[in-house]
Amino acid sequence: MQEKTNDLLKATPEQLLYARILEKGMYLGLLILFITYALYVFGIMDPYIPLDKLSNYWSLSVHDYLEHTGIKAGWAWLGMLNYGDFINFIGVALLAGVTIMCYAAIVPTLLKSKDTAYAVLAVIEVIILSAAASGILAVGH
Amino acid sequence: MGKNGKLWVIILICLFSLPVLISPAFADVSAEAASNGHAWWFWPIVLFIVTFIMGIFAVLGGVGGGVLYVPIISGFFPFHLDFVRGTGLLVALSGALAAGPGLLKMNLASLRLAIPVALIASTCAIIGAMIGLALPTNIVQISLGATILGICVLMLTAKKSEVPDVPKADRLSSALNICGIYQEASTGEIIDWKIHRTPLGLALFVIIGVMAGMFGLGAGWANVPVLNLLMGAPLKISVATSKFLLSITDTSAAWIYMNKGCVIPMMVVPSLVGIMLGSLVGVRLLKIAKPTFIRWMVIAILAFAGIKALSKGLGF
Repeated sequence: MQEKTNDLLKATPEQLLYARILEKGMYLGLLILFITYALYVFGIMDPYIPLDKLSNYWSLSVHDYLEHTGIKAGWAWLGMLNYGDFINFIGVALLAGVTIMCYAAIVPTLLKSKDTAYAVLAVIEVIILSAAASGILAVGH
Repeated sequence: MGKNGKLWVIILICLFSLPVLISPAFADVSAEAASNGHAWWFWPIVLFIVTFIMGIFAVLGGVGGGVLYVPIISGFFPFHLDFVRGTGLLVALSGALAAGPGLLKMNLASLRLAIPVALIASTCAIIGAMIGLALPTNIVQISLGATILGICVLMLTAKKSEVPDVPKADRLSSALNICGIYQEASTGEIIDWKIHRTPLGLALFVIIGVMAGMFGLGAGWANVPVLNLLMGAPLKISVATSKFLLSITDTSAAWIYMNKGCVIPMMVVPSLVGIMLGSLVGVRLLKIAKPTFIRWMVIAILAFAGIKALSKGLGF
C-alpha cells in the first residue's frame, strides 16, 4: 500500500521527460541569449540598426518600424544573423520553441503507455504551436 | 542593522525609485532626451532597474511578471505597445520556463491537467494575438486598461481554497483521468485530488487565452482562480500548473508577435534579466516581508497603471 502511494506521488515518465527537455532547452536558450546580447551591446558584432539610432524606432508601431528600418517580418531574421541585433533571435527562438520539442518528445511515451487520447492532444498541440511558429498565421494593422 | 531594517531600506528605496522611474514626466523628458543624443544604454539600464524592482514586487505580491510589465512599461515608457506586448510575453514565458521543470519534477504541476487546458488556451492565445495586432493601438490600450482594473478587482475579491471539496469527478475529467496525489510538505498529509466542472473550466480558458495573447499578459491571475475555485484542483496544484501552463500559452502568442516583428532585443534581455534577478531577491525577501501590505501595494500600482493605460488609450 505504502509502496503504491509512493509510486503515485512520483511524476509520470512523460512528465519527467517533458521536464528534462524543458530544463535543458531553457538553460541553453538563456545562455545563448546572454552571449549574443553581449556580442551585440559590447559592439563585437555590428548591429543592423546602430545602437544610437534605436531610440528613434521603438516608439513607432511595428508596421512603421518595419517600414522605416527595412526589416522584413517572419523568419527573415535567419538571413540577418551576421548582425549583432539579429543574432539575439537565436536564443529567443529557442526559448519559444522548446515547448514544441517537449510535446513532440512525449508522444512516443504516451503511445507506449496506450494513452492514445493524450498522444492525440499532444500531436494537435505540436501542430498548433508549429503553425504559430511558422509565420503562416501572421496578421496585423 | 537587523534583517527587518535591511528589508525596510530596500522597500523604501523601491518605493521612492519606482514612482520616479515610471512617472510620465520622467518618461517624456527622457524620451525627448534620448532622441536628442542621450547615450544608447540609458533606456536599457532604466528598463533593467524597473524590471528588477518589478520582479521583487511580483513575487511578494503573488503575481506574474507579465501582468505588471505590460501596463507599467506601456504606460510610462517611450516604447510602443506592440513591442511591449511582445517583450511582456517573453518575460512571462521565461519565468514559466524557469519554474516549469522543477514544478513538473516535484509533481506539483500536473501535465495531465495542463495538456487539455493548454491546448485550448494556446489556440485562443494565437487568436488573441492576431486580434490584438489587427486592432488599432488605442483600442488595445483602452481594453488593456479595463482588463488591468478588472484584475485589481479580482485580486481584491477572489478567495482561495487550499483543498477544495470535490465530491465527484465529472465525466470528462474521469475519461481523461485528470487526477493526482501529492504530499503537503508542511503537514506530511497525502492529498488525493480530482477535478469537476471541466467543460465550464475549459470554456473559460477560451477567454483567458484570448486575453493573454491580445495583451501580452501572463494569465496566472485568471488561471489560478479557474483551476482552484471552479475546477476544484488544490491550491498548490493550481498555482504550479498555472505557472507551467504559461510556458505553453505564451509560447503560441510569442511566436505570433515575433513573426510580426514585435521583438527588439535591446528591450528583451534587460527586461528578462531584471525580472529574473528581482524574482530571486523577492523570494529571499518573502520570508520576512509582510505579504498583505505588499499585495495592497501591487494592487495600487496595477490600478494606477490600468488608469494610465485607459487615459493613454482615450488620448487624455
